[in-house]
Amino acid sequence: MASEDVLLKVENLTTTFQTDEDSVTVLDDVSFDLLKGETLGIVGESGCGKSVTALSIMRLLPRPAGKVEKGTITYKEEDLLSLTTEQMHTVRGKKIAMIFQEPMTALNPVHRIGKQLGEIYQIHFPDMAEDEVRTAQIDILKKVGIPAPEKRLREYPHQLSGGMRQRVMIAMALACKPDILIADEPTTALDVTTQNQILNLMRDLQREINMSIIFITHDLGVIAEMCDRVIVMYAGRIVEQSPVRGLFASPYHPYTKGLLESIPRLETPPKSKLEIIEGLVPNLKNIPEGCRFHSRCDFEKEECGKTDPPEEKVNDDTTRTVACIRWRELNS
Amino acid sequence: MSKDVLLKVKDLKMHYPIRGGVLFRQVATNFAVDKVSFEINKGETLGIVGESGCGKSTVAKAILRLYEPTSGEVEFDGKDIRSMSKGDLRKTRQDMQIIFQDPMESLNSRHTVGTILEEPYVIHGIGTRTERRKWVADLLNKVGLQSDAVNRFPHEFSGGQRQRIGIARAIALNPKLLICDEPVSALDVSIQSQILNLLVDLQRELDLTLLFIAHDLAVVKHVSDRIAVMYLGKIVEMNDAEKLYSHPVHPYTRALLSSIPVPDPQKKKEHDVLTGEVPSPINPPAGCHFHARCPYAQQKCRIDRPELKAVKDNPNWLVSCHLMYDFIN
Repeated sequence: MASEDVLLKVENLTTTFQTDEDSVTVLDDVSFDLLKGETLGIVGESGCGKSVTALSIMRLLPRPAGKVEKGTITYKEEDLLSLTTEQMHTVRGKKIAMIFQEPMTALNPVHRIGKQLGEIYQIHFPDMAEDEVRTAQIDILKKVGIPAPEKRLREYPHQLSGGMRQRVMIAMALACKPDILIADEPTTALDVTTQNQILNLMRDLQREINMSIIFITHDLGVIAEMCDRVIVMYAGRIVEQSPVRGLFASPYHPYTKGLLESIPRLETPPKSKLEIIEGLVPNLKNIPEGCRFHSRCDFEKEECGKTDPPEEKVNDDTTRTVACIRWRELNS
Repeated sequence: MSKDVLLKVKDLKMHYPIRGGVLFRQVATNFAVDKVSFEINKGETLGIVGESGCGKSTVAKAILRLYEPTSGEVEFDGKDIRSMSKGDLRKTRQDMQIIFQDPMESLNSRHTVGTILEEPYVIHGIGTRTERRKWVADLLNKVGLQSDAVNRFPHEFSGGQRQRIGIARAIALNPKLLICDEPVSALDVSIQSQILNLLVDLQRELDLTLLFIAHDLAVVKHVSDRIAVMYLGKIVEMNDAEKLYSHPVHPYTRALLSSIPVPDPQKKKEHDVLTGEVPSPINPPAGCHFHARCPYAQQKCRIDRPELKAVKDNPNWLVSCHLMYDFIN
């Protein structure tokens, strides 16, 4: 890939959270690129660091506990981590926008939709006249498929259904036509038929304004349908990066394999044994030596408990990496 | 009625009055569950799928009389649950147990796991203290937990382990029927498969009959012999699990199936996108509940409410749609 296609470059990102006793490393040396116009999926189980990656990029880590210890996040030749708070205000929301899992907690319950949506225009386009803002609001609500937008502007979040609230969140995120949309589990709280509507909407809008999406989810089905490339995370580390087809066709990391085999599918025979990954995700306060997955891995060798596996490129293919010392022999 | 039926639910209705105004009069009715009927045979798993608010959890709770149903019959093991006295109900509930979605909320956080698991025996006055201790150790072993768990508290366990504790408590009294209300939806994928395997194993081992409620169709299909699809308080289609997936008839079932994201990028497919949203059960639409979102709706669908009818006289295959034979042929 040509470097000019890279829109956002995350390098060696390490984020810690301060607890009462000690500091916990929740992201450890995470590096990846986001290309123009692509959808990059980040998949992993609870606590693997996928949401913290998003919050680190947005500089929205809970303060004072969360802190980026190390690394750079380069967007348009600028390191987002070195911007002042004011400079960050011009990026957040306008250039990089984010939507969250539960729109009810992300929307302010005591303000009408119109007021919350209008705020974005007031902040990022202070010169817009009031009636222009109103027209823009109605346009964007129409675009995200909300019927009777004039009426919705006067309503409060609790008067909308879950799907409608997520549409409002998307409208707010896309109001400034951002370059990057970070979607953190945007459909997890929704029913399947509603999820389907929202995913279609996101695809259409992406095409229309040509933005890149970082799509965070634990649902491999959603990843398969939405993403061009995927990052698999485990306990604060990237274990595998791959174009989506390659990942599903031939996963290299034992964790990725385990994940793909453990989901019940419509075509698996009923009541058959599902493949499982033994054990539990390690506690981040107590990260095991060596590979973080080794104690749950079926292919564990003595070395795995000693050496921390580096992220290796697969066949000089820059878009595919895997962090496992045995991946070559396991996949030959 | 054949001898093999363990649970029979007939015309179950759960209507909640909505009160309002100055005099707190009933202003509307929430038709959460409306005329639901089904039977579960011994040793079988019946799955119920549907989206939020379709009434699937309410059905579970009404069967156990955790909610008092408005009307209808519930017959468990030949006994009429609805007319039972409190004492009889308590005894019968030994045989019908439930596990919930979030074990953190259903386990008492101030009790040790030992106390939690011993409680069913204590309530029903079974066994001596030493016997009960031994049974608790057996239970932990059965659900795959270490025996030192007895002295620990629920918060010391992960979500998957807590669900195992919930399952252990439910099977403590050797129930005949186990109702699982979204048992894996709060769990991570790798843990979800562990719990599903456990449930399938326990069912075989203990000869359990399961009523398995979930919104995830792949999960329901994995454990069920037969599946009922619910929409807005009603069953719209019921069939053998395999056939429901291979030959869905009701337009809602088909939309639901085509909405599932498939974990295979080679199979990127165009979904039939359902427009609109699930209407409120407070003022359900006239005619077929699904007509406003149904791409095939005709005039009669807007007026007449379809009944759940056997397809081609096959009592296992029920569909509630005026146009069903158009879709079958």
